[in-house]
Amino acid sequence: MTDAPISAGYVALIPLAPLVGAAVLGLGGAALQRRLGKGPIGLIACGTIALSFVLSLVAFVQLLGLEPEHRVPGLLADLFPWIHVGGLHVDIAFGVDPLSAVMILVVTGIGGLIHVYATGYMHDDPGYWRFFAYLNLFTFAMLTLVLGDNLLLMFVGWEGVGFCSWGLIGFWHKELPNTTAGNKAFIVNRVGDFGFVLGIFLLFWSLAPSGEPTLVFRELVERVNALRGQFVWGLPVATAVTLLLFVGATGKSAQIPLYVWLPDAMAGPTPVSALIHAATMVTAGVYMIARLNFLFSMAPETLALVAVIGAATALLAATIALAQNDIKRVLAYSTVSQLGYMFLAMGVGAYAAGIFHLMTHAFFKACLFLGAGSVIHAMGGEQDMRKMGGLWSHLPATSRTFLVATLAIAGCPPLAGFFSKDEILWQAWSSTFGSGLLWVVAVLVAGMTAFYMFRQVFMVFFGECRADHETQHHLHESPPVMTVPLWLLAGGAILAGWLGFPHHSAFEHWLEPVMGHYAAATASHAETPNLGLELALMAISVAVAFAGFGVAYLMYFRHRLRPETFSEALGGVPYRAVLNKYYVDELYDLVFVRGGLLLCRLIAWFDLHVIDGIVNLSAAIVRGWAWLFGLIDLYIVDGAVNAVANGTYFIGRRVRNVQTGAISAYLYVVLIGVLGGVLLYWSWASAS
Amino acid sequence: MSELSLAHFVVLAAILFSLGLFCVVTRRNAIGILMGIELILNSANINYVAFARYGRGGYDGQLFAIFVIMLAAAEAAIGLAIVLGIYQRFETIDVEATDRLRG
Repeated sequence: MTDAPISAGYVALIPLAPLVGAAVLGLGGAALQRRLGKGPIGLIACGTIALSFVLSLVAFVQLLGLEPEHRVPGLLADLFPWIHVGGLHVDIAFGVDPLSAVMILVVTGIGGLIHVYATGYMHDDPGYWRFFAYLNLFTFAMLTLVLGDNLLLMFVGWEGVGFCSWGLIGFWHKELPNTTAGNKAFIVNRVGDFGFVLGIFLLFWSLAPSGEPTLVFRELVERVNALRGQFVWGLPVATAVTLLLFVGATGKSAQIPLYVWLPDAMAGPTPVSALIHAATMVTAGVYMIARLNFLFSMAPETLALVAVIGAATALLAATIALAQNDIKRVLAYSTVSQLGYMFLAMGVGAYAAGIFHLMTHAFFKACLFLGAGSVIHAMGGEQDMRKMGGLWSHLPATSRTFLVATLAIAGCPPLAGFFSKDEILWQAWSSTFGSGLLWVVAVLVAGMTAFYMFRQVFMVFFGECRADHETQHHLHESPPVMTVPLWLLAGGAILAGWLGFPHHSAFEHWLEPVMGHYAAATASHAETPNLGLELALMAISVAVAFAGFGVAYLMYFRHRLRPETFSEALGGVPYRAVLNKYYVDELYDLVFVRGGLLLCRLIAWFDLHVIDGIVNLSAAIVRGWAWLFGLIDLYIVDGAVNAVANGTYFIGRRVRNVQTGAISAYLYVVLIGVLGGVLLYWSWASAS
Repeated sequence: MSELSLAHFVVLAAILFSLGLFCVVTRRNAIGILMGIELILNSANINYVAFARYGRGGYDGQLFAIFVIMLAAAEAAIGLAIVLGIYQRFETIDVEATDRLRG
């Protein structure tokens, strides 16, 4: 039995502060902006996030003051009962434990910096208030997702971030491609959400026979053993549940086969790409698996699939990123690839390593995106890297922070990405769920990452400037409100990795209460330290990363190697495949969109001809019968009635003449009648 | 000519009845019809009195004749009132003209 959670009401304010901000901005933002300008709007938006961040720090410090074994279930703010039906007891309750503490610090800390950056980036946009209303609402939803102490509340946040993502991708909704991208993101996410909901249902349903069904995480930890020995459709229940939940994770975190929405999501403003589509929302799937690690650890088949999907996604996205020319698209595919790393870590049971990479990735990827935004800002909206170059001296702050973040993501020691990526690589090799193949793929991806990131750096910041004269003339560094967050994030990209120094990982130690018991069983390296092997593997991965850097250097800086030698290899087939993203979008369009439309038409035809035919036929039959009965009614029933009436009328017409109205006539009749009667009487009397 | 017998009275009453009936049937004037009815009633009275005088004796017949006279007076009052009503409505007392109930 675990302890009861410590009641801490202020935790509820962490998600609610941005909600208040969103409500104020959403309802009164337009008037506020008209009357008082954009200053108060930015202040409200950043202020609420800052408040959340401070409260998150308070919660973190309070957790830190507890003994490690008391940090789970940690702090809880139980606001009010939400759904109490039958065996289902779900509250609106927000809980902080070491895992969610990390997440809320990332969301509010990095999210806050991005908010500050966005006040500069979006400064000239007329939809300023709307943007920040969405951004605050997103932060609320993300914090609900992270802090919700049960699966249903998590799902509320899960849907909320999806909605905000839709709204922000299509933020510039006057251009059709943006709204289309928003719709695509939302619809693809719905596919995943469907699996997620089914997973929740199946979990609850499977726990019901044990008599104590629950969806609250801290109770699930204890009761999940009831799933052992249960089967559904021939699969162990734990496997089925986790597979369904993983479908949800692939949608939200852009993994194969549902990754296609994330690159298109770059249609949104760049701070959105940084906040939602790099640092926070897309990590929801990773967080969900980490949160339910006790459940996933019961299903080795699912874990294997997670690892394979993660590695495959990392590889696929990295290869696509090699050939992209849009500055944001390279980063988008890089994000997909890095998320693949995180799933690989989850799949080999190294939950802490995955969350660690999530955190470091949030720093350097947010820095990269914001840097890209700064570049786009300076270039007057240009996103094609082929038209950039030589920006190093023009954008001193942007270029230097961008380089730091690139070094971090490429895995250059001793920056953040090195520690987190190396931890994943090591776990992929050494964990009981790991294998050499996964490691090879991951190292290959590390090399590609270094290549495409430095390709980007060289294309954007070095060499001749390929922009037109007008654009060159207007080149300018962004204002401090944008560069200061860049510096802070770059600082994080340098330092965050030290939290996870191998074998003395403060980070892993911190997360141990949440996933320690399970991680210990799956990750074997702690018990059998093989320092030599670990160092050798580390050296190989760093060497591969440097090789990637070297190729990029020769190709795009020294121009010793012509990129065409690669792009034209094998008749140019691999290059074209990669450039066109393996035609996956086209394939999905053909199979799902057109297939769906075809199915619609088939069903429409069926409806029109078969269903409507049956309906019309029965209608015709009824009409025929009705006509027949109409005839009978008209001629036989009405005929009889009319005949009686006509007969009566006819007789009446004849008889009415008797009623002359003349008294004398009546008297004649009386007289004749009496006389006739008398005569009859006489003739009768005389006859007898 | 012998003395008056019952037959004289009966014949007189029959003649009077026939005249009254003729008057009722042929007259177009409503008052004429009432007068004809008066004749018929009186012929009946003659019969009552005659049969009472020549019959078993007693005064039943006379008594009934007085009833009939009384009745005739009442009938004349009502009849004249009806005739007045007809006149007000039709501005005539010609019974041929008042055929509102003709079918």
